[in-house]
Order: sequence, then structure tokens, then C-alpha cells
Amino acid sequence: MKPVLMCRDVVVDFDGFRALQGVDLAVYPHEVRFLIGPNGAGKTTLLDVICGRTRATDGRVLFFSHDITQRPEYEIVQIGIARKFQSPSIFPFLTVWENMELAMRQDRRLRSVLRAKLTGEEKEMMAAQLERIGLLDERHRLAGSLSHGQKQWLEIGMQLIQRPQLLLLDEPIAGMSAAERERTGEWLHEMAEHCAVIIVEHDMDFVRRYSKQVTVMHEGKVLCEGSMDEVQQNEQVIDVYLGRGKNACCASGM
Amino acid sequence: MNKRWEYWLFFAALFLAPFYLTEFRLSLLGKFLCFAIVAVGISLIWGYTGILSLGHGVYFGLGAYCMAMYLKLEASRGHLPDFMEWSGVRELPWFWKPFAHPIVAIIAAIVLPTLLAALLSYLTFKNRIQGVYFSLLSQAVVVVFVTLFIGKQEWTGGTNGLTNFSTVFGFSLSSPLTQIVLYWLTAAVLALIFVMTRRLTTGRLGKVLIAIRDAENRVRFLGFNPTVYKVFVYSLSAAFAGVAGALFVLQVGLISPEMMGIIPSIEMVLWAAVGGRHSLMGAIIGAIVMNTAKSFLSENYPDLWLLFLGALFVVVVLFVPKGLAGIYESLAAVRIKGKRGHEREARVDVS
Repeated sequence: MKPVLMCRDVVVDFDGFRALQGVDLAVYPHEVRFLIGPNGAGKTTLLDVICGRTRATDGRVLFFSHDITQRPEYEIVQIGIARKFQSPSIFPFLTVWENMELAMRQDRRLRSVLRAKLTGEEKEMMAAQLERIGLLDERHRLAGSLSHGQKQWLEIGMQLIQRPQLLLLDEPIAGMSAAERERTGEWLHEMAEHCAVIIVEHDMDFVRRYSKQVTVMHEGKVLCEGSMDEVQQNEQVIDVYLGRGKNACCASGM
Repeated sequence: MNKRWEYWLFFAALFLAPFYLTEFRLSLLGKFLCFAIVAVGISLIWGYTGILSLGHGVYFGLGAYCMAMYLKLEASRGHLPDFMEWSGVRELPWFWKPFAHPIVAIIAAIVLPTLLAALLSYLTFKNRIQGVYFSLLSQAVVVVFVTLFIGKQEWTGGTNGLTNFSTVFGFSLSSPLTQIVLYWLTAAVLALIFVMTRRLTTGRLGKVLIAIRDAENRVRFLGFNPTVYKVFVYSLSAAFAGVAGALFVLQVGLISPEMMGIIPSIEMVLWAAVGGRHSLMGAIIGAIVMNTAKSFLSENYPDLWLLFLGALFVVVVLFVPKGLAGIYESLAAVRIKGKRGHEREARVDVS
């Protein structure tokens, strides 16, 4: 099976600080890949490189057969990679409905936006998506007035309606209630029927419950890959990450 | 809430103005309507898109100078314009020659400001220079142009600018009928620009602009290229200012570097701020109210105007950040409690 995403020897150098020191990663269709690792391991930087927010100093990022290493962010989005940021970032002074309208898959060039009108089909699709994330009744409210959890859901909905082939999530459950976490976990696997997902997460209970494949990063490198059980048995991982858990399990989040 | 009838009423009152205003007041109103055209553009880029330009005087001035060059050549009747003779110029400079044709002058009055704005905004927005840095750059452009226009006296008339016009298309500029026709033209252009901008902002483009204002990065990660959108609206607002400048010079009969300088550029921003920058109609009302106040105060208390302007700015920023339009909207909201449909203006944060 061809991977959706291939990172080959990706290096990011922030003026001498090597945030990523040669990362290799392959993600396959319908996979939910968890990225874990201590703070500063380079997880978010890796997501940034994939979506074009940070430029790789060296190495290549391949999306199917496209080399996207040097493409601008908006083009990377257009070919099918969606990114959800850590803090909810929605448009507070647009309504929920208008937020969805902008997120929807569409021709995003100026000349077609100037003439754009919602078709019946598009309206149905947007309503269906809002129904799924439980915000259909809130569609005329300004997004800025939603609760924190609702904003998270709105943003997730905005990613889904783009129908991406690869979805990048950065700590999506931060600030969510227990019930919302559960919904997110279930939804993750539902999502994987349509696209591949890379998710950065610190909450180890959540990772244990919902992960199949886990990639452990440490100091800008991939330490090991495997299921959560395998990873937890790995000597190196125990040394640099879980090892600290013997004395200070809470500090490392394990 | 359907505001359409209110708009109709407003524009109807404008078109009927020649029947109830004296010649002097009408000429003032005509001038203010030119300013209102500029204010619509400012509202579009500042209220909707979050781009604060402190340099719109240049686009207004360029439009005005283009029109003035034609008027000057027509007034000179084949001779060299008077100020050129005084400066010892023997032959009409090559770039003046095309302006003998009114069509060229009108097209240039729109195209030149648009191109300048497109160039400036493309170079800055492409390199992701934003906020106050862009405002300062736009102001620097003003300084460059004003210095250039004053320095090149033999080509531009220097500090005095261009004046002493006689006719447009052969009609005397001083005749009351010509003035009324020009007034109607200005009102029609204002109405046209208002309707056009409103259509743009109520469509999907308006949502993209508000989104860019509030979270440009998010817009980029939805697959839009914000640079294209920002360059487009900025250039469009410069085109509005250019048109306004051309109409201004026809009615006022004078354009000088002083009218395109830093203070007028800041005043333009103030019109939109006082009227409510999130509202196109607010910006129009703001331009008219502010300039009415200005002419009243400078007729009666010439020294007080600048003081008043400064005080007003402070008051608006501190107490009524949404301007006159904001006050009106709160009153309307109280009147029809909650039964408000889809609010269509750009929404702004009050904090």
C-alpha cells in the first residue's frame, strides 16, 4: 500500500537549534497515528513542516507522489492536508454557519469567491456536518460566543467539511470534558474511514484507549514506533521518557 | 432587519439636494460626497479587512492631479500652462501630453492610484508585513509623493498645486448648472460604489475579509491565499479614492500637495472611525458629519478645529469604538428587541 505521507530525513534548524534532526515517518491510508514524546521533542514542529507553516531546512515531505516541501500553505491545504491548531482558532465574528461556509471544499481563488453562492447541495452538506458535531441549532450564533468545547468541535467540523486526505490534529482534546473526550475518540476512528490522521497528544489515557500505532519522538528524532504496548516495553523509551515515570510519573504525563 | 428603505431614503435626499440647498451649501455637500467615497474604501479595508492605511491621501491626490492636468490643459487653450512658463519650461513635458484627452485623464485617475496601491500592498503583504508596519509604510509613501510634487514645481505647480481652470468638456465650471450636474454625478458615483461594495461585502468575499481580519493564519490554513484578497481590496479602495479625487477637483477647482498630505490622510481614517468603520453607510455618514462640523467650526472658530479633531478622536476611540453606526445599531436593537435577522455589517470587537 502506498503511504499517504512520507517524511524523509526532515531537518529543521531554528538558527542553530535543531528542532528536528532527521525525521522519517510514513503514514498509510485510514491510519490514525499518534505522536507522543516529552515537551520539546519536535511533535508540533513536525506538523508545522507537513502543513508548510515551518520550512524544512533539509529533507523532503511527500504527499502521495507530490513533493510538498516548498509549497505555500494554502496550496498544501488545497491538495488535501487539513490542520487543526492547538488552541481553537475559529472566526469569532462570523456565525457558525459562515465559518463552515468558508471551510467547505471549494474553489478558493478570488474570482470564484467573488461570484460564489451556496447551492442547495452545499447547504445540505453543511447542515449534515453541523448536525454531526452537534452545532446545527447554534448555526446563527457568532462563533465567538460558543463555549470552549463547542469551539473545538466547530473547528473539527471545519476540518471535516474540507474532506481532507490527511488530517493533522494538535492536542484536540485539551480543555474538553470527559464526555467530549470520549466523543472525540470515537469520532477519530470514524474519521479514519475517510482519511489518514496524525494526532499529537499528551493525555496518555486517551492515547492508550484510542491508539493503534504510536510514534515516540525525542529531541527531534523518532525514537520508535509500534502499538502502545510495544512502545511501553521499549528500553530506549523507558530510558528517556517512561523511565522517569518510576519516580516522577505525573510530571511526564505517564 | 431590512435596511433597504433607509438607504433609498438617504440617496433620494442626496439627489434632491439641489432643490433645497443654496448654491454654496450644495458645493460643500458635493465636496463631502467625494470624501464619503473615500470613506467607503477605508471602511472596506480597515473595518472589514483590518488594514489601517494612513496613506489614502496619495491615491486621492493622484486621481485629483490626473483630472486637474486635463482641466489645466483645456484652460490653457493650446498654450503652455501658466506655472510652467513661470518656471521657464519651454515645451510641454511628454507625460503631460496624453492628458489633453479627457478620457485618458479619467482612466489615469483610476488606474494610476490602483497600480500604486497594488504595488505597495503586494510587496508588503506578500512578505507578511502587517499591522502598524503597513500603516507606517503607507504613510511613508505620502511623504515621498508630497515631497516629489512640491519639489518638481515646473511639472506639478509646486506648493500651489493646479488651479485656475475654466471649462470641462467645453462647459463653464463656474456655471451653476455645471455644478449641479457635477454634484449629481458625484452622488451617482457614490451610490454606485456603495451598492457595489455592499454586494461584495454581503457575499462570500465579505466573510473571507472578516476572517482575514480576525485570524489571517486560519484563513491561510483553510486554503485561501490572503495576500491576493488583501491586495485586491486595498487596490479597490485606492481606485475609489482616485475617483473621489477626480470628482473633487472638478467641483473645487483646486488640488495641491497639502490636500494629499499626512493630515488629510489621517482625517480620512477619522471619517470612517467616527461613522463606524464596520459599516459602509456609517463611513459615508461619518465623512459628511465630520466635514460639516469642520466647515462650521472653521467658519466660526478657525483655531478650534484641530483641537476639536484631536478631542473627538480620543472620545471615539475610548467611548464609541463602533462610531455613529454603533450607536444607531444599539438604538435599533432596543427598538426591535431580539427580532433581528442576519446582521450583515462587518462585526467588530468592542474591547
